[in-house]
Amino acid sequence: MRFGILVFPGTWSDKDCYYQVKDILGQDADYVWHDETSLDGFDSVILPGGFSYGDYLRPGAMARFSPVMEALDKFVTTGRAAIGICNGFQILCESGLLPGALLPNKDLEYRCQPTYLRTERSDTLFTTVCSQGQLLNVPVSHGEGNYFADGETLIKLEEEGRVIFRYSDASGKATPESNPNGSANNIAGIINESGNVLGMMPHPERSCEMILGSTDGNLIFESIIESCRRS
Amino acid sequence: MAVTQEQLDEIALSRAEYDLIVEQLDREPTPVELGMFGALWSEHCGYKHSKPLLRLFAQDDSTQTSNRVLSQTGAENAGAVDIGDGLAVVFKVESHNHPSAVEPLQGAATGVGGIVRDILAMGARPIALLNSLRFGTLDDPQNRHLFHGVVGGISWYGNCIGVPDVAGEICFDESYSGNPLVNAMCVGLVKADNIATSAASEVGDVMLLVGAGTGRDGIHGASGLASRTFEEEVELRPTVQVGNPFLEKVLIEACLEALGTGLVNAIQDLGAAGLTSAAIESVASGSRGILLDLSKVHQRELDMSPYEVMLSESQERMLLVVAPENVSAIKEVMKKWDVACHEIGQVIADQIAQVSMGASLVADLPIGPLAEAPQYRLEGKPSLEDRDRQKLELGSVPLPTDGPEAILLRLLASPNIANKKSVYRQYDHQVQTNTVVGPGSDAAVLRVKGTDKAIAVTIDGNGRFCQLNPYQGGLIVVAEVCRNLSCSGAQPLAMTDCLNFGSPERPDIYHQLEQCILGIADACRVLGVPVVSGNVSLYNESRGHAIYPTPIVGGLGLMEDASKATRSAFAGEGLMVALLGAVTDQGDSSDLAGSEYLQQIHGLVAGSPLIDIDLEKRVQQACRDGINEGLIMSAHDCSDGGLAVALSECSIQSGVGFIGEFPVGNRWDLTLFGERQSRIVVSFRESSWNALQSLASNLNVPMIKLGTTGGGRFKIDGQVDLPIEQISDGWNNGLEAVIG
Repeated sequence: MRFGILVFPGTWSDKDCYYQVKDILGQDADYVWHDETSLDGFDSVILPGGFSYGDYLRPGAMARFSPVMEALDKFVTTGRAAIGICNGFQILCESGLLPGALLPNKDLEYRCQPTYLRTERSDTLFTTVCSQGQLLNVPVSHGEGNYFADGETLIKLEEEGRVIFRYSDASGKATPESNPNGSANNIAGIINESGNVLGMMPHPERSCEMILGSTDGNLIFESIIESCRRS
Repeated sequence: MAVTQEQLDEIALSRAEYDLIVEQLDREPTPVELGMFGALWSEHCGYKHSKPLLRLFAQDDSTQTSNRVLSQTGAENAGAVDIGDGLAVVFKVESHNHPSAVEPLQGAATGVGGIVRDILAMGARPIALLNSLRFGTLDDPQNRHLFHGVVGGISWYGNCIGVPDVAGEICFDESYSGNPLVNAMCVGLVKADNIATSAASEVGDVMLLVGAGTGRDGIHGASGLASRTFEEEVELRPTVQVGNPFLEKVLIEACLEALGTGLVNAIQDLGAAGLTSAAIESVASGSRGILLDLSKVHQRELDMSPYEVMLSESQERMLLVVAPENVSAIKEVMKKWDVACHEIGQVIADQIAQVSMGASLVADLPIGPLAEAPQYRLEGKPSLEDRDRQKLELGSVPLPTDGPEAILLRLLASPNIANKKSVYRQYDHQVQTNTVVGPGSDAAVLRVKGTDKAIAVTIDGNGRFCQLNPYQGGLIVVAEVCRNLSCSGAQPLAMTDCLNFGSPERPDIYHQLEQCILGIADACRVLGVPVVSGNVSLYNESRGHAIYPTPIVGGLGLMEDASKATRSAFAGEGLMVALLGAVTDQGDSSDLAGSEYLQQIHGLVAGSPLIDIDLEKRVQQACRDGINEGLIMSAHDCSDGGLAVALSECSIQSGVGFIGEFPVGNRWDLTLFGERQSRIVVSFRESSWNALQSLASNLNVPMIKLGTTGGGRFKIDGQVDLPIEQISDGWNNGLEAVIG
């Protein structure tokens, strides 16, 4: 299958994502510059991490106005999968494709550290090769990853089973200590109502080889590939 | 023009230097010309006091003939080293001490930005950042302010540009109060055939200024901040530059894309002394001249004078030298990235610099005198106090009544030894997905994609040792850097250094500078690692006191098989632990010289540290061979805090206990906390003991068994018996407890 990797000025995980899907998982991949107006020909789109436009106003607040975001709107209405990682998640929230917002971390400091993600559902486009409750060893690296939504939205997200990944400890418990940024309900990743747009703060592209400490991040992309093959 | 002393002070030139300029020009310089001389003849750009001493690095041929070195030291923006497979690693360390003292966040941030552009100017993609930081003790709120600002600045700038910050060191000592040291190192990777040059040598080529607009920030940064002692800090605030990491990130991508077209003939970064030094150094190394029109420089402030444009140190700017027919292609690349790009000058055959603002000529100078600052060879002499400090009688150091356990816990919690995680978790150390071993180990290890190889990088310094014995201190700092690389399994290849000293015009400081350089040069010769790049930061003084002489050395090592990289933490339960190297059953007072123990527990900075550099070489060889042969499973340099602290760190980092059974004399402080050099703690399977022993003895390296790993306690027979949680708590929380 063919992945499109969006590149905004200031994006920096683009090459890491490319390496993972192309060199590790053997898929086709192309970079898509932010002023492109079409995403035709791609089976799935990745919004990588970084500091688009320096995150100077708010993370993602400028990037959402890039021409490629209109193309993304159309792309996701076709049901194909889009995944926003870190700054990509922030852009998806700013653009309204996902609810809520990413606030500054509770300690008001950048955090680059390992985290465990508890897989809350194994029946989504992004988790089909995972098992229910499986723990993924995937690191975070961000200054503003504290997921926030109003009470009503949070209830809706939980009731509809749209929280896909939750920060947890090594035994799978979602404790305050295992929450690196203060996110509501230990939320690390959510999907949209149709289930084809995932936003997550942790970086699955950094868990792609054992020499880097973990291959758990591959499971998310393998799930996308598997879902695409089945459809 | 009658130049006043005040004007000369502003640009840090002496009256004699001014007279020399007049003599060489055969006339009085214009104000712009004088400003250009002041910048290029500053200590920071011109190396007036250090250049004659830096030649000591090159005196011995054996360090320079390493066939891996692809650049001539000082000729380009950074050193380049061949790592095989058609690839080269480019690296350099640079100081940003004075700006960080004035405005810590921006000072440290722009220090990172500046060193990254040096690497970019070699045509390399920046792949790693390291930093070495020194502050006064944290009980002083001003030092805490500087610490938080500097760490915040590195985090802010480094994270935004997508270059992992993989290793570093932090040290606290009263000596750096008010004059912090902020040394940033950057490592880049480039195809060996694509290394770029800064030399503009084609007549008719166009100079393109790309990146940020030029503003009034940083004027006199080189001459004012970096080349004088540092007393009137409040007045200097406007001379600190302000960084824009987003623009830096875009500039990196735009310049690499431009270089990738093959149409860029030369590239130079704008650092200290801004456009003046970038343009003049570029044509000077190409033996050419230049016409510059300052009205073409894109400015972000109104009505800037030619003087201000020439001396501005606005960040995130690069100079590209391009043939006229290729200008439009390069402009297209810059347009894609929304990076401003303007034709500001032309390379000419005559070796002169003619600078105009529109129609009016504001400077007309020969390149030669501009690029050749006067050089001073002074006479160094140690002070009496320096000599007195070297005396240390063991009898005058009482054995602490508290006992070894209490001393160990105090040392583990000392901010100099304690875990630095609360700092490095603020730095992205994984982006670019090459980090095999990240911060917290002896060296960081980065795999090289597309090969089986990895590089190891580390940065280190020891101001206390250099203060007590500058020559031995110089030897030791290089030895320790190479030891750190060897502990990860890597073969040390080359070094970069940043020489942080007080005013060289003082004989005792000049002596320190000279002796440290001699020590570094000798260690490099013995260990076979050339110094390929570096930077000098003099006049580090505040409140009338000079800092400890503090050469900071960054090291590059190579391993053929990335999967063999070792860490400092014990590699598991049930392993044997041994000490490789200078075994200390009978220690002497030199083991305590300059030690953390002597300072923390006895409030003393005394003694004369020593190293046997030939033994050091063999110890490192044994460690690397043991790792390569699959015998050694973890290795940790025995340094700050001595053997007991090194063993504790191996235990804490792995969560595995230790049962120590080795002889400890009556002076347990010597054995447990002495900092004798050339020692490495290794863990391995018991079945490897014989093979390791014969490996060591073949290299004439002593080795003794220290104990075994396992259980939940940290024990040293008859001395220490503590639960791991207790030693971990002190080590993990020591730094956070004092930074508040």
